[in-house]
Amino acid sequence: MSSELPVLKASDFASDQDVRWCPGCGDYSILAQMKKVLPTLGTPPENLVFISGIGCSSRFPYYMDTYGMHSIHGRAPSFATGLKATRPELDVWVITGDGDALSIGGNHLMHCIRRNLDVNIVLFNNRIYGLTKGQYSPTSPQGKVTKSTPMGAIDNPIHPLSVAIGCDGSFVARSIDVNIKHLSATLKRAAEHRGTSFIEVYQNCNVFNDGAWDYATDRGTRADNIVELEHGKPLIFGKDRDKGIRLNGMEPEIVELGKGIKEDDLLFHDEKAPEPSLAYLLSRMRQPDFPEPIGVFRAIDAPKYDELLNQQVQQARSDRGDGDLNTLFTTGDTWEIT
Amino acid sequence: MSATTENQDPTVNNIEQMESATVRLVGDSGDGMQLFGTQLTNTSALAGNDVATFPDFPAEIRAPRGTRAGVSGFQVQFASSEIYTPGDQLDALVAMNPAALVTNLADLKRNGLLIVNEDSFEARDLKLANCETNPLDSSEMDAYRLFKIPMTTLTRNAVEELGLSVKIADRCRNFFAMGLIYWLYERDLEPTLRFIQEKFAGKPDIVSANERALRAGWNFGETTEAFVSTYHVDPADLPAGTYNNIMGNQALAWGLIAASKMSGKELFCGTYPITPASDILHELSKHKNFGVRTFQAEDEIAAVCSSIGAAFGGAMGVTASSGPGIALKGEAIGLAVILELPLIVINVQRGGPSTGLPTKTEQSDLLQAMTGRNGESPLPVIAARSPGDCFDVAQEAWRLAVKYMTPVMLLSDGYIANGAEPWLIPKVDELAPIPVTHPGPPDDGETFQPYQRDEKLARPWALPGTPGLMHRVGGLEKADGTGNVSYDPNNHQNMTDIRAQKIESIAHDIPPQSVLGPDKGDLLVLSWGGTYGSCMTAVNRSIAKGMSVAHAHLRYLNPFPANLQELLSSYRTILIPELNAGQLRSLIRSTFLMDAVGLNKVQGKPFAVTEIESAIQHEIDTLSSES
Repeated sequence: MSSELPVLKASDFASDQDVRWCPGCGDYSILAQMKKVLPTLGTPPENLVFISGIGCSSRFPYYMDTYGMHSIHGRAPSFATGLKATRPELDVWVITGDGDALSIGGNHLMHCIRRNLDVNIVLFNNRIYGLTKGQYSPTSPQGKVTKSTPMGAIDNPIHPLSVAIGCDGSFVARSIDVNIKHLSATLKRAAEHRGTSFIEVYQNCNVFNDGAWDYATDRGTRADNIVELEHGKPLIFGKDRDKGIRLNGMEPEIVELGKGIKEDDLLFHDEKAPEPSLAYLLSRMRQPDFPEPIGVFRAIDAPKYDELLNQQVQQARSDRGDGDLNTLFTTGDTWEIT
Repeated sequence: MSATTENQDPTVNNIEQMESATVRLVGDSGDGMQLFGTQLTNTSALAGNDVATFPDFPAEIRAPRGTRAGVSGFQVQFASSEIYTPGDQLDALVAMNPAALVTNLADLKRNGLLIVNEDSFEARDLKLANCETNPLDSSEMDAYRLFKIPMTTLTRNAVEELGLSVKIADRCRNFFAMGLIYWLYERDLEPTLRFIQEKFAGKPDIVSANERALRAGWNFGETTEAFVSTYHVDPADLPAGTYNNIMGNQALAWGLIAASKMSGKELFCGTYPITPASDILHELSKHKNFGVRTFQAEDEIAAVCSSIGAAFGGAMGVTASSGPGIALKGEAIGLAVILELPLIVINVQRGGPSTGLPTKTEQSDLLQAMTGRNGESPLPVIAARSPGDCFDVAQEAWRLAVKYMTPVMLLSDGYIANGAEPWLIPKVDELAPIPVTHPGPPDDGETFQPYQRDEKLARPWALPGTPGLMHRVGGLEKADGTGNVSYDPNNHQNMTDIRAQKIESIAHDIPPQSVLGPDKGDLLVLSWGGTYGSCMTAVNRSIAKGMSVAHAHLRYLNPFPANLQELLSSYRTILIPELNAGQLRSLIRSTFLMDAVGLNKVQGKPFAVTEIESAIQHEIDTLSSES
C-alpha cells in the first residue's frame, strides 16, 4: 500500500474565516508566509497548534485551519507550556505582539525562553498598541507622540532580541514583514529548531504607526540600514556591499571595505557560539548608529523543558513501576480495625 | 483471675480512663512543635484512637526567638469514639517557653495538666515574652496541675555522652517532651523510633540523640513520682478496615491522582507556591509514576494558564492556590468558562483580604469563588468538609468538570489542609470510574462543530492531533455551534444563557441535601466547608439536650442541591455559622429570599464547639420566648 503523504498547499492551512486586519497591515504578509512555509514542514495540520494572546496579531489563530487558541493578554506562552508539557509531539506556535509579549506578558516570555520549551514564538513588532487604537508600546522609541503620550514617550524602550538573548534563548532571529523571502526562510528555520525559537518580525501598522520601519524596508535606504546575518560569513552591508562591521575591543564599529580593510578583518557571524555575548552585541546594534541585523542571531542546542519533564515521568515509571493506587494509599504506617 | 499489685508498675499509682484527651503543644517556631504534634497524632491513630488535629503556626519561618509572635502550636484530640474536632478546652498543655505559656493558658481546663520547660523561664526568656514577672510564680497557676520540668538540662544530660554541641543537644528537647507525653498517655514509642531512624538516616549521632531524648522523657515520667496517674484512652469503635492517618492537602492530592486514574487522564498541575496550598504541589510532584506532571510556574497566572493549555490538549488540568492567587487567576478562569474546558481550581482558603493571615484559616473566599470573574461566568463550586473528605471532593470535582466541560472551583481551607484524621482506605476496585470521551475524526464531508452540545449542554472535548477536528477556541464570544467569533447580540444572550443553564442543571446530578436530626423543627444549622466538625458536634449535643435542632452541611455551593429551598423552609430558624462575615448567608438570602441568622467570626481559628452550642441555645431560647 502506498504510504505517500498527501501534498499540502498553503490554502490547506487557511480557515474559512474572513481576515479582519486593516487593509495594508503587515500581518497579512506574515500570515501568507506562514501558510507557505507550513506545507514544507511535513506536519499535518491536525498536529499544529497556534496559541496567541490579545492584540491585532493575536487574531492570527482564527485564520489558520489548525488547532488554535486565542487566549488572554500576555499569557500565550503559559498556555503553550501546559500543552507542550503534556503533548510534546504537537508543533506549537505562539503568536504575539510587542505589547502582548513585552508589556503585560513580559514575565511569561522570559520564563518560556529560559526554560527552552520547544515552541516557536513569533513576535509581531509594530512599536504601537493597535487594537486599543494607538497608545505607545514598550518598543516605541523615546519621544514618540501617541494618544497616551502627547508630549512624547519618556520610557526607555525594550529590545525584544536583547531580552530573548538575555534569557539564554536557544534560537533568536529577526525578520521583516515585507521581506517575504527572508521571512519565510526564517520561519522555516524556527520551525525546524528544537527548543524555544524566538523571532521578532518588524511589522508595519499602517493605521497607527505607519512607516515605523521605513528605514529597514525602503528600497532606497534599506541596504544601508540593515545587515543580513549569515552563519560563518562576515557582516557586510550597503548598497554596494562596501561596508562592514568590525570589532574594536568589545565595541562594534562600521568600516569601509578596501582602503586597507579586508573581509577577514570583519566580524564573522557565529550563530552557534555557546556564549550569547556576540548575539547580544548584535542585538544592541541599532539605528541610527548601526545597521540593524536581520537573520538568525543564535541557534544552539540546549535541554528542552518539555523533554526533561517527560523524561522524569518516564524515569519515575521505570524506577517505580506504573503508579498503583493501593500502594499509594498504604504509604506510611497503616493500621487495621476489625 | 485478677491482676496482683506485683504485676503493676510500682511507680504508677493510678491509671485514669478518659474518653478523649485534648493536648496542645506550644513552643517557639523553631522548637519542633509541629513534628511533636504529628508524631503524637500518628501514634495515637496507630493505637486505634480517632484523632483530629489543629496545627497553628505563625507566618514567619523563624519569628524572633522567644517572643509571643513566634509561638507555634499543635493541638490534637484523641478519643475512644468518633470525633470531628480537635477539641475546645485543653486537658493538657505543654509549653516550652513563657511566650507559649501566656498566649495559650486561657484554653487550659481548670485543674488541667500544665507541663512547662522550667529551664526557659529565666529573666531573659521572660523579657523576650514581655512578662514582667514569672508567670509560674503567679497565683493563677493554682488553677492547674503545674509540672515544672527542667527539660533543657535533662535533655542535655541524656545526650551528653554523644559529645554534641549544646545547640544540637537542645534541638532534641521536643523529643524529651514527646517521651514524657507518650508515657503520660500510654503511647507506644515504636512508631516514633522508626520515624527517627528514617528521618535522620545517615546521621547516626542525631538518630541516637533524638532516641535518647525520647526515652529520657518517657523514663522521667516513669521514675519520678511527680505524676500521680497516667491516662488511658481506649481505641475508638471505628468502621472496620485498613486506616491511614491523612492530612487534608495530602488527601486532596491523592484524590486528584485517583480521579486521574479513574478517568484515564494524565494529571497536569500548574501551580505557584502559596501557603497553605503548597503541600498539594509537593505531594503531587512525588508521584510522577502515575503520569503526574507538576509545573511550578513563574506566577499564579501562568500556573492556571498552563493548566488550561494542558486541558486543551486533553490532560486533567489542575491548579491549586489560596485566595490571593485565585484573585490573580480570575481572568484565566473566565477564559476556561468560555472555552468550556474541564479544569479544577483549588482554593485552600486563608485569612484575607490581601496577604491577610497566610497561615490561619478562614472561609471568606466563597463569594470570590462564586463571582470573582468578569462577566457572567458561572461555574460549579464545591467544598471539602474534613481532611479525609478532600479525597472524595477531588474526584467529584473532576467528575463534574469532564461531564459538563467546565472549570470547577474546589474550596478547602487552612484548617482542613493541615489537619489530620484517620482515613479508611477505600477499596480501589470500588472507586467510581469517571468516563471521558473525545470525538474521533469526522465522517467525510462533515464539518466539525466545536460548540455543538449534548443533552447535558456540554460541548465535545476534541483534541489536537485528531484529523478533521481542527478548530479554534478563544476568549471572544463564540457562535453557538460553529464556535466562530460572534458579536451578534442574540447569540451572546443565548450563549450566556446556555452557560448558566448548563451549570444550573448540575443541581439534578448531585445528591439531594441530607440532614442530621429531625427533618423539620425549630432550628437548622446550615454550614459548609471546614466548620463541619464543630457544627455537627454542637448539633448532636443540642439534640441530646432535647432541643429541636438539625444540621445540614453543604458540599455543593453552586449550584445548591435541588431540594435545599424546601429543606430550609422546614425549620423556623436557620443558623449559618461561617468563618467570614456572612457569605453563605448572603447567598441563601439572595437565592431563596429567605432570612437566616449568622454566627460569624474571623479570628484565624476554627469554631469551638461551645461557640456553636451557645448560638444554638440562644436561637432556641429566642424561639421559645416568641411562642
